[in-house]
Amino acid sequence: MSADATTNGAILQARGMRRAFGGLVAVDVESFSVMRGSITALIGPNGAGKTTLFNVLTGFERADHGEWTFDDRDVSGWPAYRIARAGMVRTFQIPKALARMSVLENMKLAAQTQRGEGFFPALLRRLWCDEEARIEARGVELLEWVGLAKQRDDYAGTLSGGQRKLLELGRALMTNPRLVMLDEPTAGVNPALTEQLLDRIRSVRDEGATVLFVEHDMDVVGSISDRVICMAQGSVIAEGTAAEVVADPQVIDAYLGERHGEAAMPTSEGPT
Amino acid sequence: MDFGKIFSDGVREALGVNAAAYALAAIGLNVQYGLTGLLNFGQVGFLLVGAYGTAITVKETGAPLWAGFLVGILAAIGLAAVLGIPTLRLRADYLAIVTIASAEILRVLAGSRHLEGFTGGPFGIRGWAGSFYDLNPFSPGRYGAGKVSFDHNTLWVMTVAWTLVILASVLVWLLKRSPYGRVLRSIREDEDAARSLGKNAYVIKIQSLAVGGVIGALGGMVIAVNFQFTNDDFWLSPFTFLMYTVLIIGGVGSVIGPVLGAMLFWFVYQSLDSLLRQAIHEGVFGDVLTSTDAGPLRLAFVGLTLMLLMIYRPQGIFGNRQEALIDDR
Repeated sequence: MSADATTNGAILQARGMRRAFGGLVAVDVESFSVMRGSITALIGPNGAGKTTLFNVLTGFERADHGEWTFDDRDVSGWPAYRIARAGMVRTFQIPKALARMSVLENMKLAAQTQRGEGFFPALLRRLWCDEEARIEARGVELLEWVGLAKQRDDYAGTLSGGQRKLLELGRALMTNPRLVMLDEPTAGVNPALTEQLLDRIRSVRDEGATVLFVEHDMDVVGSISDRVICMAQGSVIAEGTAAEVVADPQVIDAYLGERHGEAAMPTSEGPT
Repeated sequence: MDFGKIFSDGVREALGVNAAAYALAAIGLNVQYGLTGLLNFGQVGFLLVGAYGTAITVKETGAPLWAGFLVGILAAIGLAAVLGIPTLRLRADYLAIVTIASAEILRVLAGSRHLEGFTGGPFGIRGWAGSFYDLNPFSPGRYGAGKVSFDHNTLWVMTVAWTLVILASVLVWLLKRSPYGRVLRSIREDEDAARSLGKNAYVIKIQSLAVGGVIGALGGMVIAVNFQFTNDDFWLSPFTFLMYTVLIIGGVGSVIGPVLGAMLFWFVYQSLDSLLRQAIHEGVFGDVLTSTDAGPLRLAFVGLTLMLLMIYRPQGIFGNRQEALIDDR
């Protein structure tokens, strides 16, 4: 397709993606792309379909139709674990710390293609002990980087909400991803920790990965994102720099309600 | 009352074949539930296919007993696939529903008159385990110390059964400390997190169900070989819950827990029976209880113990208390 000429800079590109729950169209996106090496923020009012889009893209939810490519590979409809293995790793809005595993174990789990994860190799320690030592070293290094080194042997279930967000970020990075998708990384995180988190997100980009994140806090969006995509009622309504998107009248409408006392939003664009 | 007898009755059962078979069944459950978080409420079905797979193969084809054991093991793997493939993509509760139902279906089929030519129906299958006892290295006689003794055949079954318990425990220990065990635990904690990190949770869950099922099937074979007989009455659904009791007493997730849990369970279960029978015989309860009440009463006691454990010691004897107290889903 000739359109592909313009997609060279995109690491993630989706077309005609739609997901409905019964009569409710949660996601109906004509075109969606994330530029390689950028920090892209995905904003939009509650119920705009951001998390559903995340879920569909990462294989946690089926798309009714649509296709999407990651790193020029068609990954539409792939199961979640294959998407992750391909290098597109997501975190969750409510962090999923593996509570009854230690913080370090959480990290070690995330390393990819571990020989010791096969049933039979698992029985012979010598087959994986060197690999395990490397993984542990890398895990400790990343824990220091996210500031959880002191908690390495604690159960992840004892961490605070903000610490869990940090753990999830570290764990995601442990997979050596090329695209990190963070679902509300700063939600429930105290301001001091938020600063630290944003700092880490910036350095993820600086080290060559791409970051896509869902965020509500416009200060956060403005301070770290290169590009902003705004969704409302399942569709992308604006795209550009933070300043451009915030000034877009459609975006203002989406957040503050439509002008001139027109019909309420859900009925004006409801399902046909 | 003869407390010596009460004690020795308990010890005999704690070392006996039943304890070993329960230990195997509980070790299997521990892989599925303790390590992977799979709610298998039909473990008895795996024991059943182990026992019947062996018995039918030997009886119908005249194959040697070891071939029967192999068929029993394969049948357990097959059952894990049949149960797991359709249900393990769904939420955890569905596996519980499907496993308890299919264990019942298997039991009813085993006892069905229509399949009598095959399974023996309610009369079961006997006379197929003889070659096991031909291999008995112990010369005829009684072995043991004091009031606790076993005949040579029982001792032979015990030897093999406890060897299997040790082998199964070593297997679980090796798995648990490996990266594979880490993946199992991650699925127990949060399957979506595991998937988001590139783990094929679906396949691993089927593997776990199969590994636990095969260990359970070994337990079934031990029971059937011990009686040299199997029929449908052996494999009632409450059996599964006794296995859970054993696992919870010992400590969910611990390697040695199910083994010592099984021994303790049988010690208490049997000495309680002895105690109640003696007490009833001596008229301690007057006319209130008769000797036939001892059986149901000790079962009620099992239920009570389980409740008290869940309240005061949820981690069991060997479980990790800290781990048991973390609950933040």
